[in-house]
Parts: sequence; structure tokens; C-alpha cells
Amino acid sequence: MNEQNKASCDVILRSLSDYVDKTLSAELCQMIESHLAECPDCQVVVDTLQRTVYLYHRTAAEITVPDDVRQRLFRRLDLSDFLKK
Amino acid sequence: MSPEKLHIDPETLTAMQAGDRAAFARFVDAYSNYVYRVALKILSNPQDAEEVLQNTFLKVLENIHRFESRASLSTWVYRIAVNEALMLLRQQKRQPLAEADWSDEPEEDEDLKPQYFVDWCCLPEEKLLSAELRGYLDEAIRQLPEKLRVVFILRDMERLSVRETSQVLGISESAVKTRLLRARLKLRDILSAYYQPLVAEGARNE
Repeated sequence: MNEQNKASCDVILRSLSDYVDKTLSAELCQMIESHLAECPDCQVVVDTLQRTVYLYHRTAAEITVPDDVRQRLFRRLDLSDFLKK
Repeated sequence: MSPEKLHIDPETLTAMQAGDRAAFARFVDAYSNYVYRVALKILSNPQDAEEVLQNTFLKVLENIHRFESRASLSTWVYRIAVNEALMLLRQQKRQPLAEADWSDEPEEDEDLKPQYFVDWCCLPEEKLLSAELRGYLDEAIRQLPEKLRVVFILRDMERLSVRETSQVLGISESAVKTRLLRARLKLRDILSAYYQPLVAEGARNE
């Protein structure tokens, strides 16, 4: 981050979550986007942060309860009669 | 997954509260993946996640008659699951309930600044999600302090809203936002450090 952009970089950093979640006002978004157009470091941070969130969500969605764990859960809850889906 | 998608119809809820076992079995099947996932990500251990899964549904079964239908069932279940997971984590660390850790005190502003500016977005998804590199994702999230990790799991992995996350954890929405920003930035930095050599390697091969 170069010195003349420093103040703006700090502002970007604080608003980063709201920016990637698209919860900022149009005015603030525009301000951030004009900064990003001139600041490759902040652009990399934005891009890789979005990618980070995406990767975690993507891999989490693949996790399901394994069959043996489901069976033990149903037995523990005294629901063995309903084990067949 | 947003909790709205975890909707249980009012008839099933009423049946569960009246002690209908079939209705409870349907409910367990609808919610168990979410409970298991949150527990697994907080604890990083399948056996511990299973223990939390069982304890969560035992607690739900024990208390469902007291649940008021005006409240959100998914928020309630997530809250029980998170509490069970954190309790187990503290037992393992032999730590007393760290209340200060969960309070709404203003967050300090230190170490927000990114350390790495390597652009690893160019790495192909199949490489980032390969068995070898998936380990980095788990390792990185384990490095997050507990209070940041839990917010990140609920908000970014489970896709709960800021308000729902604050209700599950009993903290303010501004605390959720601050912790989420810190969690995201820290994870991004840790992953960037892991991926840096791969980007350099790719550049050499071009």
C-alpha cells in the first residue's frame, strides 16, 4: 500500500466485511471501488478474502452426518424404530 | 445454510411437543447435519462432534415442551449445539467458563493489517479443494481464537445472518461484525501464507 493511499486503505479494511456482504450504501461502495481501481494491494485483499469465505462455505456444505453416527444417535435418542429414512 | 431453510412446520413442532416420536425423528434428520457440522468445525474432531450431536438432541428432547413457537427453532438448536461444543472444548482445556472471552467489550484494533498481498485467486479451484490442500483450510480455522472461530462458522459457513448469529451467541450485532471482520482477515492471511509458494511455483512454470 503506498503512502498517499494509506488513509483510504485503513478505511477499506474496516469496511471490508460490509463491502463483500454488500451491505454498504451505494455512495460508500463507489468510494471503495474507486480506491480499489488504484490500489492493487487492497484489490488482492478483497479478492482473496471473498475466495476465503467461498472456500469455507463450499467445503462446509459437503459435511453430512455419517451413517454409523446417525445410527448411534437414533439409538441414543430411543428412536431406533425410525432409523429407515 | 440459512435457518429459514430449516423450517419445521407448526404441526411437526406441536407433535414433537406432544411427545410424537416419529415427528421427533423427522426433526432430528432435518437438523442433524447442521448440528454435526458446527460441532465438527468448532472441535475439529469427529468423536467430539458426535458427542455434541447426541447431547444437543438429548437437550432438545428434554426441553422441547418449553419451547415457545414465537422464537426461532433453528436459533435455539444452534445455541444449544454451540454451548455444548464450547463446554466440551473448555473441559478438554481444563479451563473455567471464560466469561470475559465472550463479553461484548470493545474489540481492540490491533493486527487487522494484512501481511500478505499474494493473489492466489488464480489457483484453480480443484487444486485448492484437493485432499492435500483441504488440510490447510482446517489448519487455518484451528488457529483462530475461539470467539472469532465460532462467529466465522455461524456466519460464513452456516450463512446465518448477523442478527441470528448475535442471537445464537448472546452478543451484540456490532460484536458479531467486528469479530467476523477479524476472523475473515486472519484466515485470509493464514491461507495466503500457505498458498504463496504455490503461486510462485505456478509463475515459475509459466
